[in-house]
Amino acid sequence: MEYKLIGKNFTPPDIEAKVTGAAKYAEDFQADGMAHVKIFGSPMPHGVVNSIDLGEAEKVPGFLAALVPDEVKQPGPAGFPILSNKPTYFGQPIVAIAAENEQAAADAAAAVKVDMTLLPFVVDPLESLKPDGPDALEGGNIASRGIDFQSLKWTGKDFAMVGEDELPRGEAPIEWMFGDIEEGFANSAVVVEESMVHATNAHQAMEPRSAAAYWENGKCHVWGSTQSTSFAQPGLARLIGIELSDLVFVAEFCGGGFGGKATSYPLMALPALVSKKIGGRPCLLRVSRVEEYDNGMARSGFQGWMKLGFAQDGKLLAADMFMVQDLGPTSGFRDYNNVGIASTIVYQPASMRFRAVPVLTNTTPKGAQRGPGENQAANMVEPLFDKAASELGIDRLAIRRINAPGGGGADAKIGAAQGPVTSAYLKEALDKGAEAFNWVERSANSGMQNGSRARGYGIGQAYHSAGSNGFDGLVRITPDGILHVHSGVGNLGTYSYASTSRVVAEALGYDWDNVVIERGGTQKHIPWNLGQFGSNTNFTMTRSNYVAAMDAVLKLKEIAANAFGGSPEDYSLENERVFKTSDPSASLSFAEAAQRAIEMGDKYAGHVLPEDIHPMTQASAKAIAGTGLVGVAKDNLEKEGTVPALAVGFIEVDVDLETGKVEILDYVGGADCGTVIHPDGLAAQVRGGAVMGFGLATTERHVYDPAYARPNTRTFYLSKPPTILDVPLKMGWVATDQPDPQNPMGMKGIGEPLQGAASAALINAISDALGGHLFNRTPVTTDMILNAAEGLPQSHKPLATNTV
Amino acid sequence: MENYGPYDPTLDYAPGPATKEIAVESGKVQSWKPLHMSRRNFLRSVVCSGTVIAGSGYLFTTLAPSRADARSVERLVSLNVNGRTRRLDVPPNETLATTLRYRLGLTGTKIGCNQAECGACTVMANGATIYSCSTLTHRVRDKEIVTVEGIASDDGTLHPVQQAFMDEIAPQCGFCTPGQVVAAVALLNMNPNPTIEEARMGLSGNVCRCGAYDHYLRGTMKAAERL
Repeated sequence: MEYKLIGKNFTPPDIEAKVTGAAKYAEDFQADGMAHVKIFGSPMPHGVVNSIDLGEAEKVPGFLAALVPDEVKQPGPAGFPILSNKPTYFGQPIVAIAAENEQAAADAAAAVKVDMTLLPFVVDPLESLKPDGPDALEGGNIASRGIDFQSLKWTGKDFAMVGEDELPRGEAPIEWMFGDIEEGFANSAVVVEESMVHATNAHQAMEPRSAAAYWENGKCHVWGSTQSTSFAQPGLARLIGIELSDLVFVAEFCGGGFGGKATSYPLMALPALVSKKIGGRPCLLRVSRVEEYDNGMARSGFQGWMKLGFAQDGKLLAADMFMVQDLGPTSGFRDYNNVGIASTIVYQPASMRFRAVPVLTNTTPKGAQRGPGENQAANMVEPLFDKAASELGIDRLAIRRINAPGGGGADAKIGAAQGPVTSAYLKEALDKGAEAFNWVERSANSGMQNGSRARGYGIGQAYHSAGSNGFDGLVRITPDGILHVHSGVGNLGTYSYASTSRVVAEALGYDWDNVVIERGGTQKHIPWNLGQFGSNTNFTMTRSNYVAAMDAVLKLKEIAANAFGGSPEDYSLENERVFKTSDPSASLSFAEAAQRAIEMGDKYAGHVLPEDIHPMTQASAKAIAGTGLVGVAKDNLEKEGTVPALAVGFIEVDVDLETGKVEILDYVGGADCGTVIHPDGLAAQVRGGAVMGFGLATTERHVYDPAYARPNTRTFYLSKPPTILDVPLKMGWVATDQPDPQNPMGMKGIGEPLQGAASAALINAISDALGGHLFNRTPVTTDMILNAAEGLPQSHKPLATNTV
Repeated sequence: MENYGPYDPTLDYAPGPATKEIAVESGKVQSWKPLHMSRRNFLRSVVCSGTVIAGSGYLFTTLAPSRADARSVERLVSLNVNGRTRRLDVPPNETLATTLRYRLGLTGTKIGCNQAECGACTVMANGATIYSCSTLTHRVRDKEIVTVEGIASDDGTLHPVQQAFMDEIAPQCGFCTPGQVVAAVALLNMNPNPTIEEARMGLSGNVCRCGAYDHYLRGTMKAAERL
């Protein structure tokens, strides 16, 4: 279908503020008399506070107040407290200090004396599962949604049954299966069985999670850094202990989130609680980079085991997977769940068993990071497909094509229940990517040597669910003719807040220059929108914006029918006018219709609202009622099945066998994201996701001091996100551009799997350059490459998580 | 007396444990200060060295000169920022990023790491890029500082680099963008026709976690064409 705006490039309205420095992030706001907040973090990975001595801190000139754990609501077991007197990770905030300036706050925090007793701690999940292994929390070592907090120990026999290089497989609280895996393995021509490790790594958003807050007239004002303007609010209100309606929340820009700022988080509430203690005075918590590494989020790691059975043609007949997840010190995120789900949709196994154990550790708190579980799955499973292809003697593209869902995905199945998907074009993405990369011809150069450099090629595939439903849209046409699209989705940097707003303009036939996006905080009267995470924005927001636009369309026609007679069906829209189809002279401009909406009142001006919309949308619609024609609705459109975002990556590398350095020569990313809504924005995501994937594949990981569980990767230099010198000079992209039938304009999301496809492709290419060496460990670091190139054993134990 | 850099007696330096006299190989007796170095004392000791090594986190005061903190001896400084000279009262241990953000309100300059790793705080001093988080304000008082706010023309016309970054959708989250803009402008000022490799090197001091390197690079090359 030919659109006026959809599929066309545009300049996002907030981008100029980014290049001029005018964009205001959380800590760029300043208020008169602003006090500064600093935290005293736990000096040990697990301990109990015996006493807190504030005597010296209070003497620091400028000291204002201290907030201690007893003054803060504490969550249940394996929860994530704002302040804790039983810290479960290094650096966890115990005391917050407010002072006149930041130096004084830092001095006072340094003068706090906390007497603590060290408790048993653990950084390696398998250690905790041993019969006499330590629990990360008092009373338990496993917890997750649907799994009660408890202590789980495997037997000595469980560990003795396997060698050092195989994952022990004891009791698992998560187990599901479909089909007959025994029959599948019996019928397999090749069975691949491997154990593997996937490291944890930090989100490393450029903007630390700073926040500021003050209280005025009973309302709490917060400036925060979040991916999700609407969706973050209920959780933040709960953390602060106020009603949602008493929160004034400003979050215009977010300096990177990647899942780590998906909604609200404990530190975002801290300045508000400290401010309350000093009479509502503005308080700024400026989080340092080290504090961000300590308290910011991290991706969960895995120790895993997989057995895959393939037919002679490469079809995956049986998959058996066992995952031990490093949860960190809280119930974290269910990455394990997504490892299983991703494997079902990308490879369409005929039978599968999935078991998992989420284990608590005294490490940096874990949360969702771009493709949480799905991208680790890509890094763990994709290399096994290369091994199987090699053993079957078939091409690495062919083994992926034969398993990939395609042709729309009518036959595709997903998850334990083998449910339907809304659309799937992974096979087509593989074909388009392979063509753009020229895979067949180029991959023939695999292993080619040039001096000390060996050439390698790799393919990667990844998945993430890409859409939800049931959220609200809110739009308004004012008497000056301007269309206001109210958006609470957030501004993570994908510009999807803007591209999804274009759906409203498209549906109403608006000139984009006459559209204003109202966003950035409660002061803009935003509707209840899903957060900007989970690759869902394009699908979810376009639906909610579409239904609000359709409500506006109907109201425009009703207003015209009221003016000129007839029924709404007799009217059409064009050039920002509503007119009688049979007599175009009977017409109103949208500006005139907006004026009439105000005069007619009732639902037209937002005085009467649908009953099924969220209280947040109700409040926002009431706030703008009477200012124009208000279109507001909940997305009740049909949705059946899971929306899959699918991505592929093709990569060419040179691996220096003398230094272990990997140089990426070329990369092509491919996306199945439905109708392309904003080509330049998609290109930025394909490339940016790939760059994050390169880091995930080769350099990024946590390292803890084994004796004290002190994190040792708390700088960019040590945690190592890719720089411009680590990426190829040019990176290509393709998209299937096939509409999803369950979105009014065919869109679905894509952000997350773009990373996993690239990281898996890179891991596979490094292996390819080394003659197919299987690392079974992510990231593949320089020393691992050197050891492999020289035929030496690796310096780490096969299943150890905490390696240098 | 040997110290950790030139000692400034105007600071009310709180002494650590008493210095010990130790004999060195030559037989000469030298004063030795034990490694009892709090962050605060460290900052006082680096006042005149002009650079701060990684790890000095808490260098910040609020916009208002702190009356409560009587230990800092503040000094007047004339600072030329974006073509305007401002008289400021800046403690000797304050970094330029702090002065720009919290005294001058120029919050376009970002503090991403505060330890010279990420480049979000990049500004120009006499045309050369520096990390303002790791430069003391007093060190650059005789230099012309240009921040991201000083890149566009006075009438608001964007610099070709800014326009090209917009055209290429280079910024994603935007937090590193001010540093990228300043780095690219400084590069093109010195080398108006860089090769793509030279442009890449010119931007290599700026980390972008969103991974938008390709777009910043294309933007820089496009700006070079338009200049």
